[in-house]
Amino acid sequence: MQFWEWIKQPWPWYVAGPLIGLTVPLLLIMGNKAFGVSSSLRHICAACIPANIPFFKYNWRKEAWNLFFVAGILLGAIVATQWLSSGAPVVVNPKLVNTLQQYNINDYSSIVPVDLFNWPSLLTLRGFILMVAGGFLVGFGTRYAGGCTSGHAIMGLSNLQWPSLVATCCFMIGGFITANLILPAILNL
Amino acid sequence: METREIKQPAIIKETNTDFEVRSLDTICINESQMQHAWYHSLKYLVAGLFFGILLVKAEVISWFRIQEMFRLQSFHMYGVIGSAVVTGIISVWLIKKFKVKTIYGERIELHPKQFNKGQVYGGLLFGAGWALTGACPGPLYALIGTGATVIIITLLSAIAGTWVYGRLRNKLPH
Repeated sequence: MQFWEWIKQPWPWYVAGPLIGLTVPLLLIMGNKAFGVSSSLRHICAACIPANIPFFKYNWRKEAWNLFFVAGILLGAIVATQWLSSGAPVVVNPKLVNTLQQYNINDYSSIVPVDLFNWPSLLTLRGFILMVAGGFLVGFGTRYAGGCTSGHAIMGLSNLQWPSLVATCCFMIGGFITANLILPAILNL
Repeated sequence: METREIKQPAIIKETNTDFEVRSLDTICINESQMQHAWYHSLKYLVAGLFFGILLVKAEVISWFRIQEMFRLQSFHMYGVIGSAVVTGIISVWLIKKFKVKTIYGERIELHPKQFNKGQVYGGLLFGAGWALTGACPGPLYALIGTGATVIIITLLSAIAGTWVYGRLRNKLPH
């Protein structure tokens, strides 16, 4: 039973990281698929709202595997939350706890900060920027960059592609600037 | 007399000449030349399930972890991504060295990625979105699964962002 208790804890990086890395050979061996998630957003556009835009005119059905993959991610998260979690609050660096306290963010019960991400705050400026504008940047930026953390940082670097290294560095630079210089102003709204 | 049909995945010639998919955007692309019935895709659902469990258990989908990463307050995210990349590099090297084939016997092909300025501009914009939402595309799906239903809006917004990119694509510097 000790094993089960361990499973329910958050997994350390040296367990989770290599297992995440194994997704790369798993998908290649399953059927020559290059690991990546952000393409699913493009396939959804191509399937639902192509609007005669050349970028969305391709045979998305051939890439349907990617949609099965992301559906699996959603199911996996349900499984992990329902049966593989202890329900303990997220343990965060005390420095971050102090910082976030200034913005009235005190709830660590869920993996997302419930103080920020909830339905009512969608109608506040702060919530709108974090959830709607942030989401837009994720979709726009990943496609402009030609991939996301999985496609560039993990798959691209695994194949030693230097453009992916450039992209990964830019993800980090954009994140550092936003988290440290821009986010504080947004959280104050 | 009836000729029995051999149920075998038919190998078809590449008819997709869409260079938009192939050249700029070599990521996340299906390299297989085979066509299968839809239920063959169910194995990717299982692979996704495995990946989704990992995302939740590693807490990499947590906004808190992303903030720690961008504030250099925790090694966790660097450890996860770093060890995933090392595992990936070793795996891809082994696949190339031993010419590993897919379960259908097809040769595994990996496409080189071409550099374009989008990786810089798009990368910076995505980095900003990552810091705000605390999620990249994979975690968006996972977060909805954890019960944070409001992230459905963030996912829809990400789809809108992808669509707007597609719309403005030829006006943007690449």
